[in-house]
Amino acid sequence: MPVLEGKELRIVGFLCNWCSYGGADAAGVGRAVQPTDLRIIRVPCSGRVDPIFIVKALLNGADGVLVSGCHPRDCHYSAGNFYARRRLEVLKQFLPVLGIDEARFEYTWVGASEAQLWQHVVTTFTNRVHALGKAPRFDAVEPLLKIADMALTALRPLGTGKNAALPKLKEAIKAKLPELECVIGWQQGYDEARTVPLFARTPQDVDKFVWGPFNVNNPAVYLPTFRGKKVGIVVKGCDARSVVELLQENLISREDVILFAMPCEGTLDMARIGEKLGRYTTVDAVVCDEASITITADGKEHRFCMADFAQGKCYGCATPLAALSDVSFGAPVDVKPVSATPPELALLDSLSLPERMSFWRGQMGKCLRCYACRNACPMCVCRDYCVSDSRDPHWMSQLADEREKLFFQTVHAFHLAGRCTGCGECQRACPVGIPILALRQQIGRVIEQLFESYKAGTDPAAAPPLLTYMPQEKNIHERGWK
Amino acid sequence: MNAIRFLPSDGLPALLSCLVKTGRRILAPVEKPAVKSSVVFEPWSEGKPLTLQKATVPAKEAVLPQCETLLSYRQTKNADTAALNLDDTPNAQPTVVFGARPCDACGYAVLDRPFLQGPFVDPYYRARREQLVVFTTTCGSGCATCFCHWLGGGPSSPEGSDVLMTEIEGGLVLQSVTDKGAELLNSMPPAAKLADGAPVFRQAEEARKKAWASLLPAPDIKSARQAIAGIFSDANFWQEQTDRCLSCGACTYFCPTCYCFNITDEGDGYEGGQGGRRLRSWDNCMSSQFTREASGHNPRTDKALRMRNRVSHKYSFYPENWGAASCSGCGRCVCNCPVYLDIRAIVLAAIKHAGDK
Ligand code: SF4
Ligand code: SF4
Ligand code: SF4
Ligand code: SF4
Ligand code: SF4
Repeated sequence: MPVLEGKELRIVGFLCNWCSYGGADAAGVGRAVQPTDLRIIRVPCSGRVDPIFIVKALLNGADGVLVSGCHPRDCHYSAGNFYARRRLEVLKQFLPVLGIDEARFEYTWVGASEAQLWQHVVTTFTNRVHALGKAPRFDAVEPLLKIADMALTALRPLGTGKNAALPKLKEAIKAKLPELECVIGWQQGYDEARTVPLFARTPQDVDKFVWGPFNVNNPAVYLPTFRGKKVGIVVKGCDARSVVELLQENLISREDVILFAMPCEGTLDMARIGEKLGRYTTVDAVVCDEASITITADGKEHRFCMADFAQGKCYGCATPLAALSDVSFGAPVDVKPVSATPPELALLDSLSLPERMSFWRGQMGKCLRCYACRNACPMCVCRDYCVSDSRDPHWMSQLADEREKLFFQTVHAFHLAGRCTGCGECQRACPVGIPILALRQQIGRVIEQLFESYKAGTDPAAAPPLLTYMPQEKNIHERGWK
Repeated sequence: MNAIRFLPSDGLPALLSCLVKTGRRILAPVEKPAVKSSVVFEPWSEGKPLTLQKATVPAKEAVLPQCETLLSYRQTKNADTAALNLDDTPNAQPTVVFGARPCDACGYAVLDRPFLQGPFVDPYYRARREQLVVFTTTCGSGCATCFCHWLGGGPSSPEGSDVLMTEIEGGLVLQSVTDKGAELLNSMPPAAKLADGAPVFRQAEEARKKAWASLLPAPDIKSARQAIAGIFSDANFWQEQTDRCLSCGACTYFCPTCYCFNITDEGDGYEGGQGGRRLRSWDNCMSSQFTREASGHNPRTDKALRMRNRVSHKYSFYPENWGAASCSGCGRCVCNCPVYLDIRAIVLAAIKHAGDK
């Protein structure tokens, strides 16, 4: 057998205790000839297989991973494999963005009495992995740095919100303030070109509110920390989606939050603005007209048209006014959503699988594991108990290598699968400019394709797709084993 | 001993390759292209482009790596004997940090005190520090987030550096500020393209003066230590200052003076299951796990208490122990913070608050 020839590959199998493990056992008892590359890990249920187990195996040198559970509708725990099916399908379609060939991963269903089927599955999968050969090692590829093309066209004219009803907003906030713990919004930061979150508790605080294209932070990130207290929040359209998603997941209660909505004309991509202004400069002045911002830094004038320097998400934004709100100024803008590939993802799409792996190697080389990305994410709710910091179980090595860092990014992306609204805060927060949003965008795209255009944070009553299932999935088809 | 040299603008690669030939690893700032580009220190090798811009990430790595192996062990078993081989050799090599800024270099001086001058000397740190030579580029101007001069530093402050490099027309003036720096400069062969710098030193001095003049006047923060210590138990103050903090690690991991670490034993699968290693990796006081005890109890759960620790450590506890702040005013915690939390504002507010009381 291959062992003797030294040609065995490393294939990890996660088999459920009740069906597939039994099937494999039956095949063994029946002396069915099988390849020996597979190393089996017995799990209670295919639903127990967190997609990050598989990513960990693949990033750490496995040449293939096979998950096998009970047939759908035959789960020992009724629905474990229904959940697994959704997750594993998303994972399968996610892997290529990391530069991993999706053919190296498969999931299947084998019953306890199906020794022959097991023999067939394991032989076919092993042959498939052998045809692909040894998996490329993440730590052996050359780093590659490429830049996403941010030249985009907006669905509607973007502007600076110069004529927004800010005075009216302040009035409305002041009127509600007595019944609220605080109202979250934005105020000027260390210079005129930066805003920071504001927590207004007094009418004087409310006067510090600002509105405009510098309001990049997503204030929804703070809502869960106020759980049980009534707070107000000023939202852009995209921020409101995060609020809706928090409601969908019962992480906040509707009675506890008052949403103040203003029509958003777009916000600035501070990453690209920063490139123009230069690292470590001093902003002397900011002047704003309807469609552009002029920033003088270190004595040099820079003009930024909103149409050219908005955040990636703003170009395709169809809900500039919050869909859910209590106090709203302005009418919803009628924008027809079109589906377009976001720029970061388009860059990854344009690369080959080996190039993608090189790309992430190059990018993650900059990561310091500061977890600003994680903590800036409004949907990241377990941050104080994150697997990345846990020693028991010890999920991630403390070694400062790119593989572990990318592994964390896939963990975060996966924990956000079907929950991420694409607000982009994770990427914006990254001090070293790693385009980690692409990983979330890829999952977002897969979710949309699999679950009938599902978009997180658009319907407070909708169940996030990975937290539910259909006994018969419309778009997930059983793969034949030929 | 003092050495002053002039390096013409096109001479950088020549100097660097001579430095490499001394057997040292050169850590130099490299610009990483991205939509949001960054500058990080990386080992330089022949032909690699470098930049002299102020880096996004300071070269703290040279003395305190993100993660290092403190010791590794391996078990060997025979029929009747079992042996354990332990290796705790510090991972250190002669290194030149080329192109730090004065605030980064000051960081080395801040780290030296607890790691070298306390009751216990850290052998790992020492092994790297003793073999380190720091070439610092003096700053041409300040910026909106940096404030070295509030803390006794400045755009051409020599603290922590061995050689200061100042840009003048046509090249760089290199001035040794320690014996170590002078020795290295003096040992450079003609191939390093270094000329006598004395004739142009005046120009360097002028550039430095200009840089100083460009700084905004610094507020008086001499009372910061007392003030911050005085409001230690004022929970409201810390709460208000910390509202927007997200409890991440950006402010500490990008800081040249933060030095907290964690130690983790990793055994599984290492050395074919026959061994393990003890790792030391950066840790940060802004994370809730920082103080979580083995029992699960956490005396410092609230982010306000964690912020109090960070600011107090830098401006009150450390000064109490060592007579200087553990902040060089580099501003990286401000400009890399996802919510631009401004340590300057907290320090000033503390002084004001203490005065009001
Ligand atoms: S995505 Fe829409 S609502 Fe959000 S900042 Fe951009 S334009 Fe405004
Ligand atoms: S993962 Fe990123 S884009 Fe998605 S919700 Fe979190 S911060 Fe926003
Ligand atoms: S914010 Fe950037 S540097 Fe920090 S952990 Fe995330 S990816 Fe790494
Ligand atoms: S101050 Fe800023 S960088 Fe530091 S933990 Fe808070 S949010 Fe993160
Ligand atoms: S505390 Fe902030 S300003 Fe001070 S040295 Fe650290 S990063 Fe620089």
